[in-house]
Amino acid sequence: MPEFYQYLFSGLTNGAIYAIIALGFSMLFAATDLINFAQGEFVMIGALILVTLWPVMGLPLPLAFVLAVLATGILGIVFERLAIRTVKKPDPIVLVIITVGAGIFLRGVAMIIWGKTAKGAPPFSKMPPLEIGGAYLLAQSVWILCIVLVTVLAMHFFYSRTLTGKAMSACAINKRAASLLGIATQKMTLLAFAVSAALGGMAGVIIAPITMNEYEMGAILGLKGFCAAMLGGLGNSWGAVVGGFALGIAEAMAVGYVSSSMKDAVAFLLLLLILYVRPTGILGGKAIARF
Amino acid sequence: MGKKGIILIMAALLALAIMPGCGEEKKAEPVVEAPKAAPVAKAEPAAPQMIKIGGIFSITGGASYLGDPEKKSMEMAVSEINAAGGIEGGMVEAVIYDDEGDPSKAVLHAKRLIERDNVVAIVGPSLTPTSMAIIPDVERAQIPLISCAAGNGIVIPVKPFVFKTAQSDIHAVESIYIYMQEKGIKSVGLLCVDDGFGQSGHEQLVKQAANFEISVIADESFSASDTDMTAQLTKIRAQRPDAVICWGVGPSPAVVARNAKQLQLPMPLFMSHGVASKKFIELAGEAAEDILFPTGKILVTGLLSDEDPQKAVLQNYTEKYQARFNEPVSGFGGYAWDAMELLARALPGTGGDKAKLRDNLENLSNVVAVSGTFNFSDEDHNGLGADAFIMVRIKNGAWELAQ
Amino acid sequence: MRAFNKYATNRQQGLAPGNMKPILRNILVYGIFIGAVAAYGLLEKSTYYLQLATFVGLNTLLAVGLNMLMGYAGQISLGHAAFYGLGAYVSGMLTVHLGWSPWITLPCALFAAGAVAYIVGLPTLRLTGYYLAMGTLGFGMIVNILFREFRKFTGGPSGLPGLPELTIGSINLSHGANALFLVWGCVIVAFFICERIVNSRMGRALRAIHYSERAAAAVGVNTASAKLAIFVFAAVLAALAGFLYAHMITFISPSTFNFLASVKLVAMVVIGGMASIWGSLLGASLLTLLPDFLHIFAEYEMIVYGLILMLVMIFFPEGLFRNLVKLYERAKNR
Repeated sequence: MPEFYQYLFSGLTNGAIYAIIALGFSMLFAATDLINFAQGEFVMIGALILVTLWPVMGLPLPLAFVLAVLATGILGIVFERLAIRTVKKPDPIVLVIITVGAGIFLRGVAMIIWGKTAKGAPPFSKMPPLEIGGAYLLAQSVWILCIVLVTVLAMHFFYSRTLTGKAMSACAINKRAASLLGIATQKMTLLAFAVSAALGGMAGVIIAPITMNEYEMGAILGLKGFCAAMLGGLGNSWGAVVGGFALGIAEAMAVGYVSSSMKDAVAFLLLLLILYVRPTGILGGKAIARF
Repeated sequence: MGKKGIILIMAALLALAIMPGCGEEKKAEPVVEAPKAAPVAKAEPAAPQMIKIGGIFSITGGASYLGDPEKKSMEMAVSEINAAGGIEGGMVEAVIYDDEGDPSKAVLHAKRLIERDNVVAIVGPSLTPTSMAIIPDVERAQIPLISCAAGNGIVIPVKPFVFKTAQSDIHAVESIYIYMQEKGIKSVGLLCVDDGFGQSGHEQLVKQAANFEISVIADESFSASDTDMTAQLTKIRAQRPDAVICWGVGPSPAVVARNAKQLQLPMPLFMSHGVASKKFIELAGEAAEDILFPTGKILVTGLLSDEDPQKAVLQNYTEKYQARFNEPVSGFGGYAWDAMELLARALPGTGGDKAKLRDNLENLSNVVAVSGTFNFSDEDHNGLGADAFIMVRIKNGAWELAQ
Repeated sequence: MRAFNKYATNRQQGLAPGNMKPILRNILVYGIFIGAVAAYGLLEKSTYYLQLATFVGLNTLLAVGLNMLMGYAGQISLGHAAFYGLGAYVSGMLTVHLGWSPWITLPCALFAAGAVAYIVGLPTLRLTGYYLAMGTLGFGMIVNILFREFRKFTGGPSGLPGLPELTIGSINLSHGANALFLVWGCVIVAFFICERIVNSRMGRALRAIHYSERAAAAVGVNTASAKLAIFVFAAVLAALAGFLYAHMITFISPSTFNFLASVKLVAMVVIGGMASIWGSLLGASLLTLLPDFLHIFAEYEMIVYGLILMLVMIFFPEGLFRNLVKLYERAKNR
């Protein structure tokens, strides 16, 4: 039984990270019908900025946290203004390739700024792991779970209680109708980019202490996040969270009860099965525009 | 801001990206370490004794922790050789390409080195797949290749023109098992990375276990990109082996070390020579304490007795590398450094004849170098023995000999 | 009628001048194409450039198949490299472990890829848009994991060495100009077949599906079988490229056929131009040759590569080929 708990904790930690990355994918998709393949790079940049500001430059952690998230958010805005709004003919597939290009570009920039070697960061707090039922839960995992929970609740509050949030939901449902009602849809798109990039940055910040941070780390995290967003139902924020945790736990259980070498295969097989049985994901996503 | 403004910004960005690139063009690839006066690409007849040596490394991409120090070490070796008057008066020139870890790119670069750059020998590539991919080409062109990759398949079976300087997993595993036998360890759990390095190590770990009366009772793997390996470690712990061996290279073994500490793994943790760098201790922090691994002697130069023949060589390399690049040495750069050392010894008297160079390489013996003492023969193109490794333990953020 | 009009303008603004009859024009275009390949193969002496040109050919073969799927049928695939890998590995494993001749394993490889495409395509092609992208991506990842983990057969992450070269009698088809002719011969045949398909009843059905699957179904197109057929066709072309690659390099490893490779193929198609067979040639050439030119940027290579990808898409969203044709037309009309 302690093994089961340990797998669960591992799955929850990874799942929380996937969930927050997936949330970034999902909310951007809801607002703009776009999948940003550079999302993983925002995660990487968030992590590397935190490493620079906190352990290296010695800023206090909360300040470094906020600055790293803000910086990635601003990067999201710059990205939208320079590379997305300028597109003459915004076909989804064209935009996808632009985001792929942007991902490579950002990776290249990060390699120049931070070099090729990996960097580590200490955990947010120096507490010993909690022992629950013979398994160990890391303090950092608790941090990750709490931060993700708070973020999800904040997003929920934003969508359901604020005017801007409601305006953004309106854009997600029907852009033209929203525009006719006087909602500045372009501003909403910009905001969606900023928030989605900031969510990516936050994912980077919270995992910086548990992984090794280097310019190549974003690609696979972005892919897993995309996978989680799909699993839960693209464009559905709660779906992203459910999908993230489902993917994380499935991976950990696959290691424990199937085979660690088949871990990723099991995760993707699960994804395929869900796509086949319920093509819009666990919670059902927004109707998908065609390419 | 109108569209024009945006176009201007994009153009400026591109210009920015290109400008430093151009500024570095002379330093950029192909990296040429030649006497300043000699023109780079067009070696004019005025300098007929220019000896060109090719290099292919994974300078960027996931394996840059190997390729980057290898490239730097090769450049350093070339300037050393030239500063000492070259080889029989001829200046050495290095032409280095980046394969990004992609076998197709490695093949293209090999072809280019062989016929456009007309090199007499090739050093690298950094990885087993990239090395394996270019072997048919170098064999056909009959150009000596000194690979810096770990895989045993590169030199077993022996191919006439293929050598390698990286220590073989065979000896790394042997060192670990000998140590385990002394300590009475009877069962191990394996945790290997799912790439060429992990595969090659895994094969040897499984194959040699019986010779040392050790049984493998857990066998797991992880991806280099995984952020959390606690699940694998938990599964291994449940089998209660006497020790755990993690076979990985690059940053990911540091995650394993941290996870093992967090799980309070009760048994000793062994790692491979892939963690033989200061970087590993820096990344794993306190979790690195008490980890045991086999390494080339480079990490413990200061601890070696003065009688050790390698000591002077190691000190020389370490000092020069640190002075020149201002970063700690790892064993990886040594592979390329040794390759150049071997070439420097084999080149005299060949007059650029590649077959002669190959024969000379094969006949080299007792070459004391960074990775060990090389003794090549027609049956052994790696040339290192088990004495190339020693077991060390990490204590207080440094290495100590584990005897 | 967007897709349809796009296609129609493409036909009108083809490479050849004026109002020549389509058949004559085709003969001219293919004649120039074959002549160019033959001249290059005969005149170029450097095996480095021959190899580079051969890689361009392989990528063109992959891109044109994918373009049939993406550009004409409107079905995106982020797992196309899996079929490339299947072709390489099926032939590689049969030749290395069983000692079969590559000429016997060629049909096996093509059949295996086609069969897998059929089985996977049945459920996957019911998905649309990003869900289809994810489905194909997941499939590609799983295939790549199988290449890595069935070590006994595939050689694992270190790769499978020692594949035999392609020979006919004493002629070696795996090196230099011969390899170039073989690969580009396949490209030309593939182009020809693709143009036939595009202009057939099947091609019209595909374009109808691209425009609106429902409308196509309503007018009697069996959309499921049309999509599946083109998916299988693209897979078989990719497997052919994989077979050629495997026996040319004589070594294969999983990293050549990973997700990144799939994304690069999609980029080739989109940059060259969707629904444009000749665009695939342009896209594949550009993305294969680009890294070679970018070497002068050294550390900045990735930045420049990413920028180029973005700029091309921002300013030429219809793909380079169509824009070049437009420029040509404009110049001519002036």
